[in-house]
Amino acid sequence: MQLEAKNITFQYTPKGPLILNDVSFHMESGERVGIVGPSGYGKSTLARILAGYETPEKGQVLLDNVPLSTKGYCPVQLIYQHPELAVNPRWKMKKILTECWNPDQELLKKMGIEESWMNRWPSELSGGELQRFCIARALSSETKILICDEITTMLDVITQAQIWNVLLEIADARKLGMVIITHNKSLAEQVCTRIISLPELNHIEQQDV
Amino acid sequence: MKGKKAPVLQVNDLVVAFSMYQRGFHKKNLEVIHALSLEVGAGEIVAVVGSSGSGKSILAHAVLNLLPKNAVCSGDILYKGESLDSKKCKQLFGREIAFIPQSIDYLDPLMKVGEQVQGVYGTKERQRELFEKYQLSQETENKYPFQLSGGMARRTLISGAMMHHPDLIIADEPTPGLDLDMAMETLKHFRDFADQGTAVLMITHDIDLALNVADRVAVFYAGTILEEAPTADFIAGKEAVRHPYSKALIDALPQNSFTPIAGTQPYAGNLPSGCLFADRCIYRDEKCVGEQKMRDVSGGKVRCAHAT
Repeated sequence: MQLEAKNITFQYTPKGPLILNDVSFHMESGERVGIVGPSGYGKSTLARILAGYETPEKGQVLLDNVPLSTKGYCPVQLIYQHPELAVNPRWKMKKILTECWNPDQELLKKMGIEESWMNRWPSELSGGELQRFCIARALSSETKILICDEITTMLDVITQAQIWNVLLEIADARKLGMVIITHNKSLAEQVCTRIISLPELNHIEQQDV
Repeated sequence: MKGKKAPVLQVNDLVVAFSMYQRGFHKKNLEVIHALSLEVGAGEIVAVVGSSGSGKSILAHAVLNLLPKNAVCSGDILYKGESLDSKKCKQLFGREIAFIPQSIDYLDPLMKVGEQVQGVYGTKERQRELFEKYQLSQETENKYPFQLSGGMARRTLISGAMMHHPDLIIADEPTPGLDLDMAMETLKHFRDFADQGTAVLMITHDIDLALNVADRVAVFYAGTILEEAPTADFIAGKEAVRHPYSKALIDALPQNSFTPIAGTQPYAGNLPSGCLFADRCIYRDEKCVGEQKMRDVSGGKVRCAHAT
């Protein structure tokens, strides 16, 4: 599996500033690519485009040379920076977790998800606890590429180490490709096989930082 | 620092419980913070670190009277020696006490951020000055929160809090979403404020960042403080800290060995009677059964029978 972004240009509104200009990027499965760059430079926007949540103005995202399908389960899954905004507040945790697949008990245990949380509402869990659900629900066997947008910034370091160890183990076993967006330099060096800087890819004059 | 003046913020034996419906009309009290004491003096930055879900944010909300209605609080919260009740809170908020909330959805989605930062008592000049200080461009003030990136929204929240040179800043996770330079910059602003006499209570996960500016570090776990020690001990590394949980925290940092310890934090409704950390601890023995009191050990305070 390979994921390729070809000459992506993007702006949110026709009059608004260009966020991404002619960004190209390529990765193979089994690779873990770190994307770094200052805040406001469009890292999260790129993540959303790669996962198919936004359509770029120009250019396209190709998975094995085919554009991402808009139907069915998307093999490129995004784990979002703010877990509290990524879950339906009117669904209980069990429904959120099993929306597209049934994670097995072993995975839940590894992620540190407790049985008693299943019947709670999202507002009754902390950000770190919610994020474990968001990660577990994206790890279906159909997922080929995982995009992690600052997924552990809201977690304490022990949980962060726990979750990354589980994620890396799964990624190695299934040969998942991962795109990792993070501000933590030592974390990026620890988990990524390759680190690229977004401002270098992006052909844009930055004024609004 | 201690002893001369009353500390700016003093929390004594704080207990916070939530009353929850269990089955039908049966209610149950869930105690989430137990016997917690903490002081923040003028000119001091105290970093509260610890596991997620350990009640760090609840501490901040308890101090600020922001807890939901079903919360029952006991213990004293003193601001400059006086009890901080809801009337006093109203007087002081936004003037002497500033709060930087954890989540960016604390911004009003229907209001331009410039106006939000000015708030009720602020001025446009000060807001522009702050935006410049935090590298937000002039146009940002006319944007709505959904148009901002995570880092920009965070900086907006911080500028809102800095409007009035507060005497007490309570920052709940001020750094996620900011890149390293920006985060360091923000923490340096806290240091500058502290050097001018502001007390800062900083709740954070970024231990390594916090160590750069904090004076003292309090380690939170399952609703109480396990260890309180000068920052120097945490910088010195895992040999210098006292509690096994603090040692585990240092071990889990990506720049160190990145090894987690097994297990999870106990659930607030199902806490062990003795040491809260016992079931994950390698030193566990019969001493850990009884209630653990805060002890003074070589210049810090710790709740562990084995600490030396």
